[in-house]
Order: sequence, then structure tokens, then C-alpha cells
Amino acid sequence: MKKLINKPENVVDEMLEGLELAYPQYLRRLENLEVMVRSNKKEGKVALVSGGGSGHEPSHAGFVGCGMLDAAVCGPVFTSPTPDQVFEAIKAVQTDAGVLLVIKNYTGDVMNFEMAMEMAEAEGIKVAKVVVDDDVAVMNSTWTVGRRGIAGTVLVHKIAGAAAEAGKSLEEVQAIGEKVIKNIRTMGMALTPCIVPAAGKPNFTLEEDEMEMGLGIHGEPGVRKEKIRTADEVVEELVGRVLEDQPLQAGDEVAVLVNGLGGTPLMELFIMNRKVNAILTAMGVKIHDTNVGNYMTSIEMAGASVSILKLDDELKGYYGAKADTVAYKHF
Amino acid sequence: MSYSKEQVRGLLLKLADMIDENKQMLTDLDAAIGDGDHGHNMARGFDAARVKLAQGPAEQDAEAMLKATAMALISNVGGAAGPLYGTLFLKGAATVKGKEELGLPDLADFLKAGIEGVQLRGKAILGEKTMLDVLIPVQAAIAADAEAGEPAVQSLEKAAALARACAEKTKEIVATKGRASYLGERSIGHIDPGAMSSCLMIEKLAGLVKGG
Repeated sequence: MKKLINKPENVVDEMLEGLELAYPQYLRRLENLEVMVRSNKKEGKVALVSGGGSGHEPSHAGFVGCGMLDAAVCGPVFTSPTPDQVFEAIKAVQTDAGVLLVIKNYTGDVMNFEMAMEMAEAEGIKVAKVVVDDDVAVMNSTWTVGRRGIAGTVLVHKIAGAAAEAGKSLEEVQAIGEKVIKNIRTMGMALTPCIVPAAGKPNFTLEEDEMEMGLGIHGEPGVRKEKIRTADEVVEELVGRVLEDQPLQAGDEVAVLVNGLGGTPLMELFIMNRKVNAILTAMGVKIHDTNVGNYMTSIEMAGASVSILKLDDELKGYYGAKADTVAYKHF
Repeated sequence: MSYSKEQVRGLLLKLADMIDENKQMLTDLDAAIGDGDHGHNMARGFDAARVKLAQGPAEQDAEAMLKATAMALISNVGGAAGPLYGTLFLKGAATVKGKEELGLPDLADFLKAGIEGVQLRGKAILGEKTMLDVLIPVQAAIAADAEAGEPAVQSLEKAAALARACAEKTKEIVATKGRASYLGERSIGHIDPGAMSSCLMIEKLAGLVKGG
């Protein structure tokens, strides 16, 4: 394994130290914790707390700042953070308006964040939650713990974050978050596995000419392996699955997120976007906005996901509101 | 069998050692159908438990030690295993409150309360390829033996064999809980990591009770 790290057991701690030193104007670290909070606290608004395992940078600390998150809780690589850390984050950023937890739908994340919510409620803090499950890769979620939360989570941060920044109530911010979740779908794929520093080797292998469709973001094996195809063919399948789950019609407006998993060059993400755009445009769908880049990665995994968010006027309004964070800026 | 609080401390420390010795194996099981961190996460949690136990007052009773272990697991394991094992020990700890000596019936009660907590937290039942597939049958067997007045050494020896058989049997089950659930049919042929860590704990307990 070739990585630019020191000791594997220190990766998260050292990453957060380096992050804070780079961007103190955006975020600061809570002492002795793996929690990053917004540097300039804004009183009176609903505070957004999110997080999960590390290894998905810039998610989630990269989205701490004006118009998005107030705190990001960073667990060990690919491991949900513990309730005490989430609880400390809640206490640090809470205001009278309450706290919204944005949780990705994984068993560990849900349980740990729920335990923190119980701890916070026991102290009289108003907390609500939304659980993001945008991944359409797993078709029959009756037989699983439900769909996973992947790159679409970033747009929940953006839109719910904007509602909070605008002074909406906890119930309203939660409702907006739920609305984004209802209207966004994502599907991803991978060309190579990733290596968790503590493990030292990948969880699975892909042959030189193989790719994995519907891969999750934690290095776990995906839904189906197959021979690699062209970018256009891959995009046709990803977008096809997304549209199968949430059909669109001519005249619909969407926001697109082409997300790299860490190991795929921007060049390839832009090539993918060309096809995403072509498919949607041919359908008569209006692409209101596009983002291309690394938003929710899986360490060094080569691969990408495509998210399509169906917009209405309310969502468009918050989507277009100001955001100023390390990894997402909109002015 | 009648365990004093000193012996409970010794047992917890031995469990921590055992988890550490087996962390690679548990991680490998988790790599096959999860994200390959179960062993390392559990080892980190039990290391923290060791520290907490050493820091606690020498006079602390079994309930306090089990609770300290629970909190160490909750605060250090993360993932799904942290809340689940943490809840197992936390709810179980409450059942030994005020008890000076612990016997087989107390173990049955500990596991019963712990299992209920795990079910509430994780929303799983028997047969879904989880730690419950070891813990539920083992608890039932121990409870029946305790009711019948069977000696602890014998009961736990049988429980250990049962635990191993149940863990192995999870190979045949399609995962519907946790990260493995996304693999669907591909999860068949693989032992659930949580079932294995539970099995190892029962086996260690049986071994210690036998060895004295």
C-alpha cells in the first residue's frame, strides 16, 4: 500500500489538524475530539450536524460553514463516529432554534447518531433528524436495511443548510431536508477498490478489465461486477437506473452532481458529465445547475456517482442561496 | 460457579486480550461481507475498556465494571458493533446491580437483558445473520440449564459448542441487516462477523470458568 500518511492509527487526527491549520477562517476543531465546527457561529438559527466515517473527504468537514453545516463529526476511517462525539458536537453548536442531524443511512451511523440524539434530548436540547438514502443501486430494499446515503447527502447539506441560514424553524428545515431526500437519486460505480490505512490491503479485487456497479462508498463489495465499458455506456446505465427510480419528463428541472470517488481524474468526470447532460437534454429536461468534482469520496477509489435532484421553486431558491465552505461555494 | 467481582474484572480483561488476539480474523470476516473494520474497532473498544477498568476504584462492583466496559465500547468502537455491544453490556450490567457473587442464573439474566437491548437498538430478530443468531440460542440454553440446576462448567461447555455451531450456521443465511445486506445472495457462504465475535466471547467465558 502506497499512501502519504504517517501511522495508520493517526490518519484522522492528523488530517483534522492539517485541515484546521489550512482553513481556520471556516472551521475549528473541538478540543480532544474528532469534531469540526463552524468558526463564526451564527446565533438563533437551526444548527446542522452531520458526519460519519472518515475517508469520504471533503465530506463532511469540507461543508462546515455559512449556508451548510455547523458541525461535522469524523469517525475513524469508514467507521461511524461514537455517540459521545456527536453529542459534544450538538452541545457545541446548539442554539435555541434546535439542531438537525443529517444522517447517512447506514446501520452504524443511524444507531450512533440516534444514541447521541437521546443523550441530547435528555439534556433538554431540541433535536430532529433526517436520514439520507439516495442510492438506487440496491433494487429491493425490503430485504436490506434500506438504501444507502451517498453523494446526494451533499445537496441535503446545501439546501437544508440554506433554509437554516435563512432562519427557518427546526420543523421547516427538517421538512426541506426530507424534500431533498425524496427528490434526489444517485447511482455509483467503481473501477478499483480502496485501501483503508489500518487494513493495509483492499477489501476485494477487481480484475484489470472489470468494474463494479452499485458499489458503496465504504469499500464494501457492490452489487454486480462486470467487464468495463466506455464512459458513455457507464453513464447510460447509471442515469438509466436513477431515472428508472425517479422518472423525469420534458420540462422538469434538475440539479446534477457528478461526483468522483477520489481516484478518478477530473477529466473523466467531465467526460461523464457530457453524456449525463446529453441524455437529460434529449429528454427535454432542463439542467438548472451542475456540479462536477470530488464531494463524497471513498479514499482513493477510482469511480464516480451521478446524482439527479428534481427541483421545484422552493428547492431552487435554497439551492441558489449563498454557501461558503471549504469544498462548496456559491455566491 | 460463583464469580466474585475480582473474577469479573479478570474475565473482562481476558475478553479484551482475546479480542485483540482475534482482531485480524474478525476483520477478515468483515472484509468479505462488510467494510473490513470489525476486528480493529472491537479491539480499540476493548483496549479502552481495559484502561477504564484500571482507572476505576479498586472497590468497584461488577455492575460498575460492566457499565464501564459498556461505555468504553460505546465511546470507542463506533460502527454498528459499538452501539450493539455497548447496549448488550449496559443493559446486562443493570441486572447484576447489588449482587456480590454471580452464578449461572445471573449470566442468563445478564444475557436476556442485553439481548433485549440489542434487539431494540438494532431492530433485528433471530435468523437475520447477526450476533443475535449466537446470543439468543446460547441464552436460552443457559437459562434452561440454570433452571435445571446444572453446574456452570458443563452448561458453558455446551454453550460454547452451541455458539460455534450457530456462528457457522450464519454462513447459510442471506444477510438482511447491516452492510452485508447489500450483497444479498453474495453474503451466503460467509460467517457474520458479529456472530463470530459473540461466539468467541462465549467460548472464552466457558474456557475461563472451566480453567478456574
